[in-house]
Amino acid sequence: MNINRLIALSKSVQFGKILTSNARHATKEVTLPNRTIRTHARNLAYAKDLFLGKVNKAECFPYPEIGNEELEEINSFVAPVEKFFTEEVDSKRIDHEAKIPPETLNGLKELGLFGIQVPEEYGGLGLSNTMYARLGEIISLDGSIAVTLAAHQAIGLKGILIAGSEEQKAKYLPKLASGEHVAAFCLTEPGSGSDAASIQTKATLSEDRKTYLLNGSKIWISNGGFADLMTVFARTEVVGEDGVKKDKITAFIVERAFGGITSGKPEDKLGIRGSNTCEVSFDNCPVPVENVIGEVGGGFKVAMNILNSGRFSMGSAGSGMIKKLIEMTAEYAGSRKQFGKNLSEFGMIQEKFAVMAQNAFVMESMAYLTAGMMDRPGVPDCSLEAAMVKVFSSEGGWICVSEALQVLGGLGYTKNYPYERYLRDCRILLIFEVSRTQCSISPFNNRDPCGSIQGAYGAGRWVASGLSKATLWFLFHYFRLSGISAYA
Amino acid sequence: MSRVLVGVKRVIDYAVKIRVKPDHSGVVTDGVKHSMNPFCEIAVEEAVKLKEKKFIKEVVAVSCGPTQVTETIRTALAMGCDRGIHVEVSGKDYEAMGPLQIAKIFAALAKKEEASLVILGKQAIDDDCNQTGQMTAALLDWPQGTFASEVTIDGEKVKVVREIDGGLETIKISMPAVLTADLRLNTPRYATLPNIMKAKKKKIANMKPADLGVDMVSRVEVLRVDEPPTRLAGVKVETVDDLVAKLKANGTI
Repeated sequence: MNINRLIALSKSVQFGKILTSNARHATKEVTLPNRTIRTHARNLAYAKDLFLGKVNKAECFPYPEIGNEELEEINSFVAPVEKFFTEEVDSKRIDHEAKIPPETLNGLKELGLFGIQVPEEYGGLGLSNTMYARLGEIISLDGSIAVTLAAHQAIGLKGILIAGSEEQKAKYLPKLASGEHVAAFCLTEPGSGSDAASIQTKATLSEDRKTYLLNGSKIWISNGGFADLMTVFARTEVVGEDGVKKDKITAFIVERAFGGITSGKPEDKLGIRGSNTCEVSFDNCPVPVENVIGEVGGGFKVAMNILNSGRFSMGSAGSGMIKKLIEMTAEYAGSRKQFGKNLSEFGMIQEKFAVMAQNAFVMESMAYLTAGMMDRPGVPDCSLEAAMVKVFSSEGGWICVSEALQVLGGLGYTKNYPYERYLRDCRILLIFEVSRTQCSISPFNNRDPCGSIQGAYGAGRWVASGLSKATLWFLFHYFRLSGISAYA
Repeated sequence: MSRVLVGVKRVIDYAVKIRVKPDHSGVVTDGVKHSMNPFCEIAVEEAVKLKEKKFIKEVVAVSCGPTQVTETIRTALAMGCDRGIHVEVSGKDYEAMGPLQIAKIFAALAKKEEASLVILGKQAIDDDCNQTGQMTAALLDWPQGTFASEVTIDGEKVKVVREIDGGLETIKISMPAVLTADLRLNTPRYATLPNIMKAKKKKIANMKPADLGVDMVSRVEVLRVDEPPTRLAGVKVETVDDLVAKLKANGTI
């Protein structure tokens, strides 16, 4: 054969290979999941940018609306869940016995409420954040159930969902979505509450580098008494780039079946009494290295992302509860007569309703705005918004339940009516999932325990970086002398 | 192996407080919560149960009305029906629609779909007519098992235990037949969210009464709708004689 022909032939074979390979990739079907789970991101932060003087109008205006199809879908989900809660959930009994009956839990599992945000391919419903918030409005009718479900899916299995590998997802999510396995989130320790970064539970790597041995104890763990799967945070020794050994936090998927796990007795609580809360101790619990979520040493970030991604639903849960309270209280105020008039004709009673309506409106708006932002493509950073939703909703909820109880007076104070239970149940909102006290100061804190928020700290740094040292010195003393305290 | 038609009606939810329209032409339906008639839920549950026991092959949910009734059909699909049929009726025809028109539609559909059973709720909670099942059977000239509290399929026959005033009556009727569900027939299942999502993929066919050759003209005209009179306070009497005297005085006895 002619050498030129050989070269030409080989070239055409190469070209042909490229052509066919493109065709092969073109015909490969790429099936995108219906709704993807968003992880944390770097760009497009609305509230954070406000601190820097930037208004990202596109984030808020127009207010995120969902499409008609999604609206119809949500409406078709709401009815069966509402029906279940009105007919099958005996909140008074749950509160009294400090236990959720197994039949009720099974009903919730069958309804599909244990895997609301787990993608369909893993057996969940794969719903968006907005839909999750909408269902949260109904689930909040019973505080204990709401907390049990949230501890399972909003934080318990979220780690696997947002930071887990494909193998971990395929292995654990199906049983978690069906409710066969219940999840829990183990971060808090006796010595580390708000200061989550100071946890002391240790995970030591074994000789053969295949297992971690977990040692330590966690407290206030919701579902801790019966959870089959836990997302546990522990300190692991990590060798840094500079060769220095550091103890950094790592996230682990720990199955109760691994052994070495003991759950304490359930705490006797003021509210959400049906939700199981207890201490969980780990005694040389063996965890395979495959069960590390994300990177070794990257656990703190995973924890913050998990907490940030679920926090916004507190707003819709709160507004759902307040709307129900308005309904119940209005019926009473419209029929109870004193001084010859219905209670509803008195100005101060009307003011209470106004306060409740305002709070419900604001909470709803904030929650769905944040959910809408998070549902948009591009994975925006909504940690600050979520914190704001939490602060407002927890305080607003507490005030509104108090007002509603006040309208009923003595009746509201008795156990014959659900108001005192709602009051006790909603007090926890100000405490758990990062306390409200901490959440509101964290934007001004460089060690933000309330999420990877840089907020004002970031603003301060940005300002400082652009100015010379001398100018900074001058500005500092100027402000000090004029009596204005600078926060930077 | 056979096909069952189940009728589902979209009615005002049982928990809602009904209000009469100011012009007394009917009740307020705008913006009011609607759901599937409870007896229709029981009918759907029974049909799905029969399918699960492999007595029948396909369950078709049928509803007549405007576009909103598709929500009710979707709920039936989520409970386990295989497909749905939406017979479009709107406006004046929908307001005047009554058991006779529905019975004609179901009779036509039963023949068209070659159904072996038509299962309906015994009555709707809005009009409480308790006529549709019976009329459908008559139009088809099929046997009927109404007020069923237990249904068993026995070869080509159906054994129905009926709740009657005197107690329970058991009859055996041959298929094809019309059954109407009473309260104690079963406890309807909840439409779970995963099933609702699966139901989205099930088909709902659209048609008009004219396609079935049914004329929707109503022979009944509603003249006026009123609320029941408010309950008056009772009168207390001292002795039985007083009671008898009072009852005689106001013409009761």
